[in-house]
Amino acid sequence: MSTTWLVVLLVGGFTIAFKAAGPVLLARRTLPPRLTDAFELLAPALLAALVVTQAVGGKEAIVLDGRLVGVGTAIVAMCLRAPLIVTIVIAAAATAVARLL
Amino acid sequence: MSPPHSYRDGAKRVAPLAPAAASFGVAYGVLAVTAGMGILAPIVMSATTFAGASQFAAASVIRDGGSVLAAVGAAVLLNARYLAIGVATAPAFEGSRIRRFFESQLIVDEAWAVAQVGGGRIDRRLLVGAGLLLYPCWVAGGSLGVFGGDILGDPKRLGLDAAFPALFLVLLITLTVSRRAIAAAVAGGLIALVLLPIAPAGVPVIAAGAVCLVGLRRR
Repeated sequence: MSTTWLVVLLVGGFTIAFKAAGPVLLARRTLPPRLTDAFELLAPALLAALVVTQAVGGKEAIVLDGRLVGVGTAIVAMCLRAPLIVTIVIAAAATAVARLL
Repeated sequence: MSPPHSYRDGAKRVAPLAPAAASFGVAYGVLAVTAGMGILAPIVMSATTFAGASQFAAASVIRDGGSVLAAVGAAVLLNARYLAIGVATAPAFEGSRIRRFFESQLIVDEAWAVAQVGGGRIDRRLLVGAGLLLYPCWVAGGSLGVFGGDILGDPKRLGLDAAFPALFLVLLITLTVSRRAIAAAVAGGLIALVLLPIAPAGVPVIAAGAVCLVGLRRR
């Protein structure tokens, strides 16, 4: 089997298993409070990491580029209580414009 | 108690990202085909893995002539957080195992993020509604990409790559209300920042997720 197909099948298999494990094996069972406490912090920690890696992440490097303009604009839009879709469109537009300059 | 959300609510919440997801799907298709993955394999990958970052990583390693182990390792590491997310969101799912299996496949960062309803819990309908919109966008984009080359051009020219951190930021601010959540967010962001230049892709996000284990020791 070619490298490519081996990779596709293995990555697919693992990812499908990762996503399904919790819901299929654990659903409807109440988790002990210590676990739910830990998982409650999972969202803020992961979201913060995703913001950082998506905003300044490069190939094993920190890359400061036009995305920062978009994120900065998003912050301003949020302070002005703009709706989510407006915030995102403005962020993308600001980044596009910044790259033209 | 607030009224339950609908599938349409989920789709509406994630709708701003749908064009970006489709564009990145196209970008992935182009990258994969030029990396020598052929036409069918990238489409199958988009349909089965449904996780952009890991697909890009695998295609990059393949393009660079890396081993199966390197490509699979990078991609699986990038997706390891879905194991934790699946366990954390397990109580939200209902119905038969088959149904839970298929609905869980719609878990992807953006769908999971818009499905948050506070306290670390998600609303199943928000997740499924969002996922059902993102999934065809992603797979269709990938298919267009492998066949059509440069239909949409570079998503970065449209600033679409900024759409993702912007969305995650808005959701982060919305969900981070308690002091412990703020501490977790700051810690997670710092961990990711510190690890970005020195760790392979995926590790910064997973390491940041390990911060939540602090919650295990607090009681």
